[in-house]
Amino acid sequence: MTVAVEEPEKTEAVEPAVPAKGTRKVGRRMVIGAIFVVWLVLFAILRGKQTLSLAAADLTDLHRSINDFNDSIGASRNSNPLFLYFFNEIRLVIDNLVTFIQHLISQPVGSRPVPQIGWLGVVGLAGYASWAVGNWRVALLAVAGFTFLGLQGLWQESMDTLSLVLCAVFVALLFAIPLGVWAGLSDRFNRMITPLLDFMQTMPTFVYLAPLTLIFLIGGASATIVTVIYAAPPAIRITAHAIRSVPGTTVEAADSMGATRRQALLKVLLPMSKRTVVMGVNQTIMAALAMVTIAALIDAPGLGKTVVKALESQDVGTAFNAGLAIVVMAIVLDRVTTAASAREEAARRSENPFLKWRRQLLGAGAAVTAVLVYLSHTYLWAAEFPGDGTMGGHLAGAADTATTWAQDNLSGLTNAFRDAITYGLLNPFQSLLTDSPWWLVGAALIALGVVLGGWRAGIATAACVGLLVGTGVWSDSMTTLASTVVATVLVMVLGAVFGVWMGRSTLVDQLLRPTLDAAQVMPPFVYLVPFLALFGPTRFTAIVAAIVYAAPVAMKIIADGVRAVPETTVEAATSAGCNTWQIITKVQLPMSRSALTLATNQGLIYVLSMVVVGGLVGGGALGYDVVAGFEQGELAGKGLAAGVAIVLLGIMFDRITQAAARRTSTA
Amino acid sequence: MARHWQAGAAGLAVLGLTLTACGGAKVGDSSSAGGSKGSDGKCGTFNLAVNPWVGYEADAAVVAYVAQHNLGCTVNKKDLKEEIAWQGFGTGEVDAILENWGHPDLMKKYIDQQKMAVDAGQTGNKGIIGWYVPPWLAKAHPDILEWKNLNKYASRFKTSESGGKGQLLDGDPSYNTNDEALTKNLKLNFKVVYAGSETALIQAFRAAEKKKQWVIGYFYEPQWFLSEVPLKKVSLPKYTTGCDADAAKVACDYPVYNLNKIVSAKFAKSGSPAYNLVKNFNWTNDDQNEVAKYIAQDKMTDEAAAKKWVEAHKDKVDAWLK
Repeated sequence: MTVAVEEPEKTEAVEPAVPAKGTRKVGRRMVIGAIFVVWLVLFAILRGKQTLSLAAADLTDLHRSINDFNDSIGASRNSNPLFLYFFNEIRLVIDNLVTFIQHLISQPVGSRPVPQIGWLGVVGLAGYASWAVGNWRVALLAVAGFTFLGLQGLWQESMDTLSLVLCAVFVALLFAIPLGVWAGLSDRFNRMITPLLDFMQTMPTFVYLAPLTLIFLIGGASATIVTVIYAAPPAIRITAHAIRSVPGTTVEAADSMGATRRQALLKVLLPMSKRTVVMGVNQTIMAALAMVTIAALIDAPGLGKTVVKALESQDVGTAFNAGLAIVVMAIVLDRVTTAASAREEAARRSENPFLKWRRQLLGAGAAVTAVLVYLSHTYLWAAEFPGDGTMGGHLAGAADTATTWAQDNLSGLTNAFRDAITYGLLNPFQSLLTDSPWWLVGAALIALGVVLGGWRAGIATAACVGLLVGTGVWSDSMTTLASTVVATVLVMVLGAVFGVWMGRSTLVDQLLRPTLDAAQVMPPFVYLVPFLALFGPTRFTAIVAAIVYAAPVAMKIIADGVRAVPETTVEAATSAGCNTWQIITKVQLPMSRSALTLATNQGLIYVLSMVVVGGLVGGGALGYDVVAGFEQGELAGKGLAAGVAIVLLGIMFDRITQAAARRTSTA
Repeated sequence: MARHWQAGAAGLAVLGLTLTACGGAKVGDSSSAGGSKGSDGKCGTFNLAVNPWVGYEADAAVVAYVAQHNLGCTVNKKDLKEEIAWQGFGTGEVDAILENWGHPDLMKKYIDQQKMAVDAGQTGNKGIIGWYVPPWLAKAHPDILEWKNLNKYASRFKTSESGGKGQLLDGDPSYNTNDEALTKNLKLNFKVVYAGSETALIQAFRAAEKKKQWVIGYFYEPQWFLSEVPLKKVSLPKYTTGCDADAAKVACDYPVYNLNKIVSAKFAKSGSPAYNLVKNFNWTNDDQNEVAKYIAQDKMTDEAAAKKWVEAHKDKVDAWLK
């Protein structure tokens, strides 16, 4: 379904470049058209029958039995050996780890009014570590970034957040790297774990937030575990990918020299995949930072709390200030880990005169850092960030002013745009999905799956449709599907426009990229209030929030795809007399077809991950069900079912697009 | 090579000395204000749940301030949603919830069945739930404040979300709401649209007042936002005891909730002075709105807002400490 809306756009671009396959393409498009015609005819006849709709407070038997199961966990937690000897032990270990790091950099310890290491020490350590693993440029960035956090008046909150992130990333990597290596070596294990990873990344956190606190109690341990569940999968995937991409010849060479499996792993595979593994670490850090505001809902300390509290009193400025601190931290950590992954290569290439003194310099740097740490441990001025954070106040004020201006001056325009999209696209599409009988929509989805992705995708779609009906939230799933598809279409339009622009011009790319990074890391809670003011509490507001989060990914992927088109091909087209528009539509876009498919796939997955946030601003449907399940015990089972439905929508879409991509690339 | 080392070491020593010479207050000097002031150890730690709305934040700020300054308790404020806060009674991580709105399911589970929690009496706050319209609308069409006239205006409340009917905006999923049943049983041509959060509700009403838009929605007091935009309540058929017994057949207004305090059973038996404080804590909607206003609109910290109120209302605070 989802793909069907994408498809015309994509094939239009693809077709001219591959005329040889034209006949088959047309055939497939006709089949899709026929499916839609049949669907529309039946819709007209059967409208409103067997729609499986369920009112907000209604439950199915499945939802009730999940509730009972939840209650039984809570009732038995002091007697169940699983709790006494397993969960409680895990909790204890993680709790101690969190407390240890917090005492180090963020929380007062014992009779000390400040943590062991004050701001000067932390800034010194951050600078030194960045320099040691990266280069002096990122070290400077780290020092500036951390100092900026202090100037914002958010030193302690930032350090709380940093402790949580460090802790979660540490625990995540402890499991992720070995699992990733295993998945890299064994195809069987890889096949087994991939669906589980999909599940971990798509399942909305709100669903397991309440059960987790029931098992691991309120506080640092639960917050860390929530973060780990969300942040570990990228590291596992990327480690596996890294191990897999070590050239076969290298491994064979090691084998022929008589290396054991263990030696081959330790001396060949791991060192050669180190660079990519560090990128996995980077992704895990980013994912952990994205969880900071959600974890604040179960009392995780730090910037997330500031954001959530500011939201209660609609204080956009304060929320923005804290959100900006998260962005700054993310950018620093991102650039440092990226530099770390590239360091050895860069060092080998460059003729740095300091290189031969590196060890001495590192030693001297360590000594300076030690002095700074000592000072910050001993003296108050170096322990507590000086100043009163006036900069944060100014930033908050500016954000407030900008928001108020936009609300006062733009809302007429934005409302018109909202209504055009809602009445023109969203409402008709949604009523087609929700008012058709469920079996008709299901059959259409399966048929589209088969046509676009082949029989296997068709079977996967059929399984997903069956399970969706089983969750009891079919109607809400279709409402969400409609919004999600509309959001993805808009994401792809933006992605194509900006992606091509960025891919064609390095300058544009450099200018836009920091904004895109910020849009991805800024907690959505920060921009909910301004968006609500601009668009009101509607499904469209949810769509806009999803676009802010998902469009950057699509833009980046498409930009990379466009840039990967060989220079010579573009030159050839230019010399053949093509104008810019022709080069874009006839050469660059068709040749980056796989990037477009990947962008659509990722765009929709990212949009789906914002469904719950959408539920907070009028998106309704599954997002609302999940939030309601988190907040009301009676609806917990329904919330879980809604979470599963979101995962199922994701899997269904992913299988179809992946299969479609394989078909077009091998055809 | 060795020369570099010497130079480096000398440089470091100089740097170290200069920085140390700057000196300044040392950590652990008595001058540094610690959090343990006045702790006589009698109270110990007091784990207070803070649910995410400003009115509750005001309750918590004042109780925490008094517990800390008058009783010497170490107060752990935990920011939690209601459902999770109640779970905290079961796991021993929460001692008290200060502002409970109904939640019969949680009362049944944690008080009647698991016996982890007990009712600690009323806060004195009256929770009023109902349908509200922005003040400009109530002024322009006074008869809108009577539910019987709502159908007359239904088409004016139409939005892109309401599928041709009038839109009745509902908020956060954790609220007690009968609105779907009410619109059906009162035969109102309205559709309930879930905004999904308090933030969304407040923004909608704020924009409606500013731009003279037609909005009707679920709201409640005590609420700090009412001091910014004094929304007007629409009267529904009068509430009588038991008229809301069958959720599907509700056709009457919401009852006035006497907001109460819930404490963990262990805390109630602990003999902690903090328990007495929680038990005696009682104030009016106006009191709460005052503190909430300090926090939400004057942007004071919780601590400063509580201090200001406590110092101005010594008599009330003294009564809680008896």
